Amino acid sequence: MEAVNSATALWWAVVASGIYHGVNPGMGWPLAVSAALMDRKRGSLYKALGALAIGHLIAMAAILFPFSALLFLAEWQREIQIGAACLVIALGIYLLINRRHPRFLARVPPTKLALWSFLAAMAHGAGLMLVPIYLGICRTIETDAGHAAADSLMAGNAGIAVVVALAHTLAMTVSGGLVAVGVYHWLGLKFLSKSWFNLDVVWALSLVLVGVLSLLFLH
Amino acid sequence: MNLRPDPTFHATPKLAMEAPAENLAFTLMLSPDGSQPDGLAIVDVDPNSETYSQIVHQVIMPNTGDEFHHFGWNACSSALSPLTGHAFLERRYLIIPGIRSSRIYVIDVKEPLKAKIHKIIEPEEVFSKTGYSRPHTIHCGPEGIYVSTLGGGGEDGTDGPPGIFIMDCETFEILGRYEMDRGEQTKHYDFWWNLPRDYMVSSEWGLPPQFENGIVPEDLLSNKYGHKIHFWNLRERKNVQTIDLGANHQMALEIRPAHDPSKDYGFCGVVVDTTNLQGAIFTWWQKDDGTFEAKKTITIDPVPADADDLPELLKGFGACPPLVTDIDLSLDDKYLYVACWGLGEMHQYDVSDPMNPVLAGKVEIGGIVKKTPHPNGKTFGYGPQMVEISRDGKRVYWTNSLYSTWDDQFYPGERGAAMVMANVGENGGLTLDENFWVDFPDGYRSHQIRLEGGDCSTDSFCYPSV
Repeated sequence: MEAVNSATALWWAVVASGIYHGVNPGMGWPLAVSAALMDRKRGSLYKALGALAIGHLIAMAAILFPFSALLFLAEWQREIQIGAACLVIALGIYLLINRRHPRFLARVPPTKLALWSFLAAMAHGAGLMLVPIYLGICRTIETDAGHAAADSLMAGNAGIAVVVALAHTLAMTVSGGLVAVGVYHWLGLKFLSKSWFNLDVVWALSLVLVGVLSLLFLH
Repeated sequence: MNLRPDPTFHATPKLAMEAPAENLAFTLMLSPDGSQPDGLAIVDVDPNSETYSQIVHQVIMPNTGDEFHHFGWNACSSALSPLTGHAFLERRYLIIPGIRSSRIYVIDVKEPLKAKIHKIIEPEEVFSKTGYSRPHTIHCGPEGIYVSTLGGGGEDGTDGPPGIFIMDCETFEILGRYEMDRGEQTKHYDFWWNLPRDYMVSSEWGLPPQFENGIVPEDLLSNKYGHKIHFWNLRERKNVQTIDLGANHQMALEIRPAHDPSKDYGFCGVVVDTTNLQGAIFTWWQKDDGTFEAKKTITIDPVPADADDLPELLKGFGACPPLVTDIDLSLDDKYLYVACWGLGEMHQYDVSDPMNPVLAGKVEIGGIVKKTPHPNGKTFGYGPQMVEISRDGKRVYWTNSLYSTWDDQFYPGERGAAMVMANVGENGGLTLDENFWVDFPDGYRSHQIRLEGGDCSTDSFCYPSV
């Protein structure tokens, strides 16, 4: 019962982090509004959202898959989880100390939204934040399954990675998309400067928090 | 860093027009002979204030011989694009380059009446980090602050071509040259861009030996000043196309793209056509295939004059050239203001149809021959020069100096600094405001104006108005 509860909580965390990324203008929804206004076509809004989603999804997958491969070493699972948690905490602390925005992001042409979205997610450690949550989910499922064969375990973990990345990206795209559509049709671009908050510190702290929580729940 | 975007950042030009009007202006003061240090004057432009049209604070620099010319903000509305990643910068610092000394001052104007020097970048640092000299135009771009220069390396600035360098928008450290492939660009003056469409346009004045000690008549008559505009792939840092406006179109200066980024055109002012002394405006535009084209859409004729009324330089021509030295476009992209520094006229063109501008208003003040006084009776020395438009498009401010050594050739003798303002009529038209007249300290001339919260030649917008 406890495993089911924590699994539910972890899946909600995947969705919540998606919404968190989605509504943050820094992850790109204003670019979708801009695309539609530039082209004078509503379709361009959805096309831009799609490009942003693809970039984000690939960034999630690029981080989660190596960890799912690592889980093949089933007896090292605890160590992997500790390592991942420490990595996330370290990134959080790094972002707290280094508050500069990565300049290379500004070099990406506005036409390459998917690439920009991928790099923005990578640079901010959006994928890394999901790793402790993902590892937690894998663990709850293994507890249920007992000692499954190594190969089916690995396939299962990869499958979970896909679902985690998809669920997160879907939540991000839907939430960001809703804001973009709202701004395009009703709210107007004034909403952009009114609603944008500097979440740099909150973001860095949430990375640390996710890492610390996953260390605490390891016992 | 702010917790919210700076309230003076606006997503669209339309939102910027609706924002509260400016209460202060920042005007550069230069000492033409370098006998005094240059300065920044903070001018009260709030009509309800007791100190209206007076200088309420001055920041005087610690060096002499800088020659202030153009300047700009550390951050503008371009910060609202997520692509740049700088949404929480403050519009707080004015970056003021000295075009004679190559020194750059960063002035903190967070409290305008206590504005102070924040940082000084010495010329040696500019030379060693960029190989360029004589910094000029400032714009806030994708990777930081872009600074155009008029000179290359070496004592006289002719060792290599001039170009653009980038400064960090938080630390103001010089990061290095912008260009990866400059193509046939060998001279420089102004530049601006369309950020979502990812292109930049740059223009040409001349090399330092052609302007520092005054205009070189032989160079002008043999069409050796700049006459090309260059189009760049902004983020690839590549010159993708150069348009030669024709060698007779000498000195292609200000570049004014439409503020609304969904529009794909802009303007460029040409000082003088050497075949007929006309001043000209070219409209340039991007075609569907991504390439550019330019066409002359405004010409301003010279006015015949007695040799006795003309300075040495112009006596042989028997006419006063308009000398189009500055242009500025209102935020709604409707009116283009054209300073005719030689004639002593400020023109207002309705450019709703950018290919067919229509003269909508005109003010006469100063001028080589006409010397029209201000409606308040005071003498306006030189002619209308650096022009700046309020965000709402209702007020147009201008000063009167072009460049120390050139002032002396076209307008011999000291004629005094001036800054005036004209009101724009409901349906166009331009009238000088009798009550607005700024008195400057003795020995100074006035140059570019910046308005509190941004104006019509600083902010780059990332979203269309619609």
